[in-house]
Amino acid sequence: MKLRTFKKGGVHPPENKLSANVPIRELGLPDQVSIHMAHHLGAPAVPIVEKGDKVKVGTLIARKGQAFISANIHSSVSGTVLKIDDVTGGSGYRSKAVIIKVEGDEWEESIDRSKELVEEIKLTPGEILKKIEEMGIVGLGGATFPSHIKYMVSDQRPADTLVINGVECEPYLTSDYRSMLERPDEILVGIQVMMRAGKVNRAMMGIEANKPDAIELLQTKVQKYPGVEVVPLKVKYPQGAEKQLIKALLNREVPSGKLPLDVGVIVNNVGTTLAIYEAVQKNKPLIERVVTMTGKKLKKTGNFLVRVGTPTTMLLEALGEEIPEGTAKIIRGGPMMGKALNSIDIPITKGTSGIILMDKSEVPRREPQTCIRCAKCISVCPMGLEPYLLEKLAKIDDFEGCEAEAVADCIECGSCSYTCPAALPLLDYIRYGKTNVMRLQRERRQK
Amino acid sequence: MNLLILYSVLILGAVAAGAAMILFVVAKKFKVDEDPRIDEVLDLLPGANCGGCGYAGCRALAEALVKAADAGDISALFCPPGGSETMSAVGKFLGVEAAELAPTVAVVRCGGTREKAPAKLKYDGPVKCALSHSLFTGENNCPYRCLGLGDCVKACNFGAIHINEETSLPEVVEEKCTACGACVKACPRNIIQLRPKGRKGRRVWVNCMNKEKGAVAGKNCKAACIGCGKCVKECPEKVRAFTLKDNLAYIDPDKCIACGKCILVCPTGAITATFTPPKPKPKPQSKPKPQSQEVPQ
Repeated sequence: MKLRTFKKGGVHPPENKLSANVPIRELGLPDQVSIHMAHHLGAPAVPIVEKGDKVKVGTLIARKGQAFISANIHSSVSGTVLKIDDVTGGSGYRSKAVIIKVEGDEWEESIDRSKELVEEIKLTPGEILKKIEEMGIVGLGGATFPSHIKYMVSDQRPADTLVINGVECEPYLTSDYRSMLERPDEILVGIQVMMRAGKVNRAMMGIEANKPDAIELLQTKVQKYPGVEVVPLKVKYPQGAEKQLIKALLNREVPSGKLPLDVGVIVNNVGTTLAIYEAVQKNKPLIERVVTMTGKKLKKTGNFLVRVGTPTTMLLEALGEEIPEGTAKIIRGGPMMGKALNSIDIPITKGTSGIILMDKSEVPRREPQTCIRCAKCISVCPMGLEPYLLEKLAKIDDFEGCEAEAVADCIECGSCSYTCPAALPLLDYIRYGKTNVMRLQRERRQK
Repeated sequence: MNLLILYSVLILGAVAAGAAMILFVVAKKFKVDEDPRIDEVLDLLPGANCGGCGYAGCRALAEALVKAADAGDISALFCPPGGSETMSAVGKFLGVEAAELAPTVAVVRCGGTREKAPAKLKYDGPVKCALSHSLFTGENNCPYRCLGLGDCVKACNFGAIHINEETSLPEVVEEKCTACGACVKACPRNIIQLRPKGRKGRRVWVNCMNKEKGAVAGKNCKAACIGCGKCVKECPEKVRAFTLKDNLAYIDPDKCIACGKCILVCPTGAITATFTPPKPKPKPQSKPKPQSQEVPQ
């Protein structure tokens, strides 16, 4: 059988899923957590606690900002608020965070902590949406887009299909894969909840063919639920990008500058599905997530269930490892799209899908040569852009030119930089151009 | 044969006469009346076309000057490379009072040399400050430090700024700097400033832009302003050139008398001057740095 996939572009980097066979383990509690106020895409949340306040696990500590795109933040531990101060984030820049000293592990009473599967959905679509918003659910695939906004369907903009993203096309990462293997029932109930919230009758779950056991497991379990389909997909990066996944599963194309809802689709990640299940059925806010800790030079790798705000160093300690000699980069997220960290001494955020220690043999930047117009970047670009041209325009700060060449459509997958035989820093410049074009567009809107 | 010559002359003559007519009519009809003063003002300007005045080039400024002179006031316009001399010449020619500004020079307000702010990370991305700035805080982790990738060098039309390989910081050649402000605009961290050259070239400035708390700033850079406020207290009562805001001292160049006292009390040597300050009183405990332009042993 021919497997489905998206047509335009794409690459296939070595998979390196080192931690695929390591079950998810609870990391345990740190002594102190720092929870950033800008965990998600959009406006930062506003803290509502003060120094000295006692909080429990699940207490709301920051309310979503005034802006449309923002999300609530809850305490991931119980204890006392030490201070609200600027804390270093992944890029080294400091931003506001709530620092909590951990005392015991006392949860809010409203949270159902039992392992029991709650299948019956009691809430109406409106109530589910409210719950998702209240519980601070954001997309756990990495972009951390506040989830409730995705479900704002209306008669003018109805959705007909829910797409569950179980692709995990980034090399190294295994957090979604482990979740699918270990908690399939909860994911499937989560899908039911989301189908009700989005008022759709059909759900499709895309999983790449390099995870045959997950596909088999979910295909057997799914028979209980009508309307849900598990679709194996050909292995190709970046299939986990929502636009590519929609193309692969439904053969629909999201127009430039539009959202999946404009073609009647809602896309959510497997991790988000679990979070929504827990939020709606168990009343549990988004306070922890699965993080893959991996690296070729590590003797042991792992998948951990980590409370948000935990220092990243704790993951290494839990493995009983130290930063191996020759580590050149520590990357948060996947190796293709993730960003190199300034320091490992930073807190885990809602969007941290993995921490990868890259050896210096894996991440050398070759000396950039002259572009030879081979057009390899064009043939791998999944969005049909011309990366070589965008790079040239961004280099000379021609942002109008970048805008005309649709730089805003770039999904920053990095396939162009990965392929370029001249080792040009294509994505670096394109990202630079894209941020500036977005800024120009924002300024224009404000006028 | 003669006939051929005659026809040629006649035809060519007719074409020439026709063309001359057309040119004459066009020249009369579309004649642009340009103020002859614009060309003369243009001759007075330096002709660098640097854009420091805010106009597209010297000609655009000349046009603006003539227009403003007709309105009676050119004090809002200024040519930084030409300075007050040029402006007074222009003012004299146009018969109006010209603005008089003290000559300024670009000053890089960062003292995080390789020695004072050792690199903790290695950046191997594209060589562009604006891009690097959007990625991370920089190799030594100070969010206000010069990134050292030379956006200012590329922006300078006069070759007045270059990166000193030893310190990895930009240096301004005073004689070449025209204070056009191109580097100020190019710097994504806003650490380049135009400051008055000062009497006899004596000027003092805080060589740091770090607004973080002292402990945080000091961790990344030994030459950072930690906002201790000693300089504020040291500044003579009558002068009061200092303001301390967001853990960062600032010297108002208009008030500063360049006495150099603040340089001696600064615990991190963040205050820099173009001259050697008077000798410090002998104090056994503290070791004030005499100046930070020359690297002390």
